[in-house]
Amino acid sequence: MFVTPASAESTPFEIAQAETPAVTHEAQPAGEVHTETGVAHGDEHATGVFPPFDQTTFASQLLWLAITFGLFYLLMSKVIVPRIGGILETRHDRIAQDLDEAARLKAEADAAIAAYEQDLAAARAKGNAIASAARDEAKAKADAERARTEAALQEKIAGAETRIAEIKAKALADVGSIAEETAAAVVEQLIGAKASEAEISAAVKSAAGK
Amino acid sequence: MANDPTHQFLVNKIVPIEIGGIDFSFTNASLFMVATVAAAAGFLYFTTSQRGLVPSRMQSVSEMSYEFIASMLREGAGSQGMKFFPFVFSLFMFVLTANLIGMVPYFFTVTSQIIVTFALAMLVIGTVIFYGFYKHGFGFLKLFVPAGVPGVLLPLVVSIEVISFLSRPISLSIRLFANMLAGHITLKIFAGFVASLGALGAVGVVGAVLPLLMTVAVVGLEFLVSFLQAYVFAVLTCMYLNDAVHPGGH
Repeated sequence: MFVTPASAESTPFEIAQAETPAVTHEAQPAGEVHTETGVAHGDEHATGVFPPFDQTTFASQLLWLAITFGLFYLLMSKVIVPRIGGILETRHDRIAQDLDEAARLKAEADAAIAAYEQDLAAARAKGNAIASAARDEAKAKADAERARTEAALQEKIAGAETRIAEIKAKALADVGSIAEETAAAVVEQLIGAKASEAEISAAVKSAAGK
Repeated sequence: MANDPTHQFLVNKIVPIEIGGIDFSFTNASLFMVATVAAAAGFLYFTTSQRGLVPSRMQSVSEMSYEFIASMLREGAGSQGMKFFPFVFSLFMFVLTANLIGMVPYFFTVTSQIIVTFALAMLVIGTVIFYGFYKHGFGFLKLFVPAGVPGVLLPLVVSIEVISFLSRPISLSIRLFANMLAGHITLKIFAGFVASLGALGAVGVVGAVLPLLMTVAVVGLEFLVSFLQAYVFAVLTCMYLNDAVHPGGH
């Protein structure tokens, strides 16, 4: 559709043939255009064919494409790709290294935390032990003190009881002699004569015995 | 002539060179090939010259394009395909830069020339065939014989495989060429409407708003296409290279 019928299946040779009459045809009626023939010929040559299908330009395009793309490929494969690859590799290495470092530091921190926890637990256990030992000791001491105090009190109570018993016995014993003296005095007052001690004692004893 | 939508694809001689009767002139096409290479290589070279551990913005663009192609190739052709990385990377950067440079008004689009895209496609297919035979010998022909096909169907399947293989360079080159060509022609036509309607006076100026909006939209679309076609070209290259690396397994 873009290609003129004359050159639809054209080889460069056929294009050249097809163009020749076109140029002469244009040049004949318009003499004043003739001065521009050189330029017009270039345009005519290209407009005859849809430009991208103009085979006369193919050789030049192929050559320059080969030169430029070849250079570009060389530059890419020798300079750019190794460089960017190197940059990325360095970065990956660096990141991996940093991650390793971070993991190592984390492990260290974890270990430190674990050691701290362990120390803390040990200290707590030790504290508990000390506290319970102190409590036990204090309790034992208090128990001993109490036992001793109780023993002493018991002793005192026992001493007091014996003394009370002694005093009671003595008092009871004194009661007989007081009664005898009182009876002797009473008898002397009543009868004016002294009764013998033996009689009075017997009388008091018989009265106390009732 | 100014509104001729195909004028932008004209190849003009800048320095006429003729060797053995064949025209090897340095043309505007050649100039923009040089510009493409200079721009792409210059960008990649200067943005990475700092070799920053923490990349600058531009350096990370270069690194992103590198990793983009590297992961594409690794997925497409496996780790054995990575030896083709400079090749695929060069192709992608060349096509992408050529497409993007072509988006600048009055600039020539290298990839809108069928011979350029065809040469690049043949380079890919040539690499596939050369490396395939070099690496696997005649085992490379297993590419055309899929495993597990019944013997009766084999001639049919093999001929289909051969035809599809042969059509690859054509489809690869025409896809890129036609996309760039059609996009630029569309752009030129819509922009031409704006100019010619604008010349008609007040009514024309109002009427020119629509093609102007279309032009803006198509410019955006064309930037997308520029990238997409470079991407597609690179992806297909990876897939074809996979056949060269692993001819049996597909």
